[in-house]
Amino acid sequence: MILARVVGNIVATQKNARYESARVMLCQQITPEGEDTNYSCLALDAVDSGVGDTVLIVQEGWSASTTATGKAGAAIDSAIVGVVDRIDLLDVR
Amino acid sequence: MQLARVIGTVVATVKNESLHGRKLLVVQTLDRHLNSTGKPMVAVDAVGAGVGELVFWCRGKEASFPFKREDTPTDCTIVGIVDSEAHVQSEQ
Repeated sequence: MILARVVGNIVATQKNARYESARVMLCQQITPEGEDTNYSCLALDAVDSGVGDTVLIVQEGWSASTTATGKAGAAIDSAIVGVVDRIDLLDVR
Repeated sequence: MQLARVIGTVVATVKNESLHGRKLLVVQTLDRHLNSTGKPMVAVDAVGAGVGELVFWCRGKEASFPFKREDTPTDCTIVGIVDSEAHVQSEQ
């Protein structure tokens, strides 16, 4: 899973039927220290996250479509599966 | 599968219910010389790993297979703990 910050959401009226009732969130990947990386992506929200939340995004189709829509086999490759409260780091690098 | 160092822990109260009770760890992937490569990821622990340990993780759908509930949504799972750095033998 990657760490990301929710920075917005997307409104799309015309979309695949399996996306109905799902919220599509615009997410910016961050480092554990909280700095932005150069990667951003869209992910379906499965945990009622909001803009500004630090979240966990699973980037694997089966997990993403199961958590976001309740069924496998949708054209979905990323879903938000957790809202991060705290990250504790040990400086071992 | 990739070698990695566990560098931290993640606390998330609100999460998918299949993840309840699972330990979430921050892992930094390493190359064969044990130098950091790529961005840190968050992994689900399947072997009892802890911060500071050298581990290896599995990606993709197969990452959910170690768990009894096969529906655990994960794309990054720690599946082994390397005994020590001396046990990573690589030609120069």
